[in-house]
Amino acid sequence: MQQQKAASHAESRMKSSAGSGRLGRDVQQKIGQQLRSMYDDVIKEGVPDRFTEMLRQLDSIDDGSNKGPRE
Amino acid sequence: MKLDPSIRDAMLAATPNLRAFAISLARNVDRADDLVQETLLRALANIDSFQPGTNMSAWLFTILRNHFRSEYRKRRREVEDADGSYTASLTSQPDQTGKIEHEELRAALAKLPPDQCEALLLVGASGFSYEEAAQICGCAVGTVKSRVNRARNRLAELMSIESVDDFGPDRETQAVLSAASRR
Repeated sequence: MQQQKAASHAESRMKSSAGSGRLGRDVQQKIGQQLRSMYDDVIKEGVPDRFTEMLRQLDSIDDGSNKGPRE
Repeated sequence: MKLDPSIRDAMLAATPNLRAFAISLARNVDRADDLVQETLLRALANIDSFQPGTNMSAWLFTILRNHFRSEYRKRRREVEDADGSYTASLTSQPDQTGKIEHEELRAALAKLPPDQCEALLLVGASGFSYEEAAQICGCAVGTVKSRVNRARNRLAELMSIESVDDFGPDRETQAVLSAASRR
């Protein structure tokens, strides 16, 4: 009974792993972990000054130069 | 255009994640930062089309993704890169984010078709739902799912990641599979 259950489970996994089927959950998790760890290295660097500076400058320039029809 | 502080804060909050996506796509930090800068400038220029209360991050990712796509197509025409040698040269450039431990992963990502690569990054690394990723890529949810699936399969193959599940049905599956391949 137990064996039968396992066998049918194995069969369904085999079917789904053929071609473009589904990977095992552990493999998916491993890929996810590696991707996130690659991302974390960049995210740890925070926002480079270049961007905060750019937004700050745009903000201050616009005070004087852009008296558009808005508002 | 006086910048609404809440908009500016939302943009800055999304920037690190946006940058990580850009670096993974462009495979070069300088080019990625140019992409992010261009994205923020375009977003500000089109801030009227942003609906307050909706997902700022997804909106920025959409702009970056579309911009990268058109740049990429342009570059492909300019640079003969049929065998990926140009992207390989980018990958081998030393920079602080190109840590050895992720080099294998980056090299594997570089071998994925762009559609699959971006789908996997958005869902697997940036943390978007399939629905959000579909919106960003301008395609159906089912398309994103199958792209992510194919990308994972290909990555597992390229990086020879195998199941560590030594117990239970998985071992049996492998036994059945190897028996089948021996035939």
